[in-house]
Amino acid sequence: MNLTLQMWRQRNLSDEGGMVQYEISDVSPEMSFLEMLDILNESLIARGQEPVAFDDDCREGICGMCSLVINGIPHGPDSGTTVCQLHMRRFQDGDTIYIEPWRSRAFPVLRDLIVDRNAFDRIIQAGGYISVNTGGTPDANAIPVAKSEADLSMDAASCIGCGACVAACPNASAMLFVGAKVSQFRHLPQGHTERARRATRMVEQMDAEGFGNCTNHYECMAVCPKEIDVRVIAELNQEFLRTELTGSE
Amino acid sequence: MASAASATRSRAPSGPVKFLRSSIGAKSVMALTGLILTAFVFGHMVGNLQIFLGPEPINRYGHFLQSLGELLWLIRFVLLATLIVHIASAARLIVLNRRARPIAYVLDDSVQVTFAARTMPWTGMILLAFVVYHLAHFTLGTVQPELFSHHDELGRHDIYAMVVLGFQDWFVTAWYVVANALLALHLSHGVSSLFQSLGVTTPSLRWPLVDLAGPAVGTAVLIGNLAIPLASWLGLLELPYGAM
Repeated sequence: MNLTLQMWRQRNLSDEGGMVQYEISDVSPEMSFLEMLDILNESLIARGQEPVAFDDDCREGICGMCSLVINGIPHGPDSGTTVCQLHMRRFQDGDTIYIEPWRSRAFPVLRDLIVDRNAFDRIIQAGGYISVNTGGTPDANAIPVAKSEADLSMDAASCIGCGACVAACPNASAMLFVGAKVSQFRHLPQGHTERARRATRMVEQMDAEGFGNCTNHYECMAVCPKEIDVRVIAELNQEFLRTELTGSE
Repeated sequence: MASAASATRSRAPSGPVKFLRSSIGAKSVMALTGLILTAFVFGHMVGNLQIFLGPEPINRYGHFLQSLGELLWLIRFVLLATLIVHIASAARLIVLNRRARPIAYVLDDSVQVTFAARTMPWTGMILLAFVVYHLAHFTLGTVQPELFSHHDELGRHDIYAMVVLGFQDWFVTAWYVVANALLALHLSHGVSSLFQSLGVTTPSLRWPLVDLAGPAVGTAVLIGNLAIPLASWLGLLELPYGAM
């Protein structure tokens, strides 16, 4: 099939950037979206033009690197998948596809479709960790964890940190990401040592990075490739309010 | 660079100002003030529905409220302060949220954002204008001054006459219909949202209880509030003084 691509091109951080139109022909419906972009880039290189820069790594939906807003939806039209798991059979011959980078003040565009997501790392450094003493390997299952709590923790821990929640949020809020990172520790005994300060510190860093505020649209949950529930945001609110109101730090 | 910054980061003293400036603190303020204002809207509606019991109960109710004296002013002051905090906090959050995405998408789409949620700032601003109008109409009496001076046989302010005659004007009634529709829209997102902002929702509570709480409260307030102007305008409430 033949497609028209409207893609964001931007030389570097300080370049203004803009949309550029490309025509691509003989796209197979079996191709993944990123393979289609590979074909485009090969043709651009063959014509002596600069290929389009985009992030990708594992191409099996687990690394969180690919980050494209396709026709206005982060990770494209399929729910519960990353861009690399999206296939061209979802599109039709003659379609025009808009491809843009994540848009957030906290995620500056480095080049074309690649954004700087270090803000997420700084939030993790602020409080998204547990302290563990080194030493001999502890016995497995020495600390009992209820199945229901383990499930809640593991569901939150499935966050791959791709940033689609921020890209989708009308306010560019990072609450789903931060909520997931707080929730994964909240339900496990190992997470309790830093519990009182974790939410406060991560939220402080989140605000300092320039992310917006949650207004409960739940658009983040709708686009999350790991389908993380917004209950993690309620848990984050709870953790933050508990610490702030009891002054336990 | 980042790790060095976070390692040497000194903790700013925590205090109410810092709490209110944080995104979650500000959201909890929106939720709590919204809860107080919703409770007022509900109580206001229930009190006013006494008009369907006839002139005597509603005039007595009005006289009772006026006789509260300092307590009435205390309630008014609390409500005004709540409203100001709600609006000021909203204004600040709106500015921050706009700033968080300086470059808009060329093609923007959404999967599940609702109209009510997206239009909260706009419905809020129109509602503020309506509150001012409503106070001028029935509290200060500057909109229809000729209806504000009636008194019943006991010498009390004749609220029944003021309301029923006031809504004979189709323009006044239409404005109340529009404003209450926007209020219902505002409540349908706001009421469901406040539970999430205060962190009391879980997936099993969220659907159907919390998600339906907003639309349910909004619909109830819409029906209750609009019953009065519409019944007056349609002639379902007996005209006082056999007038007009």
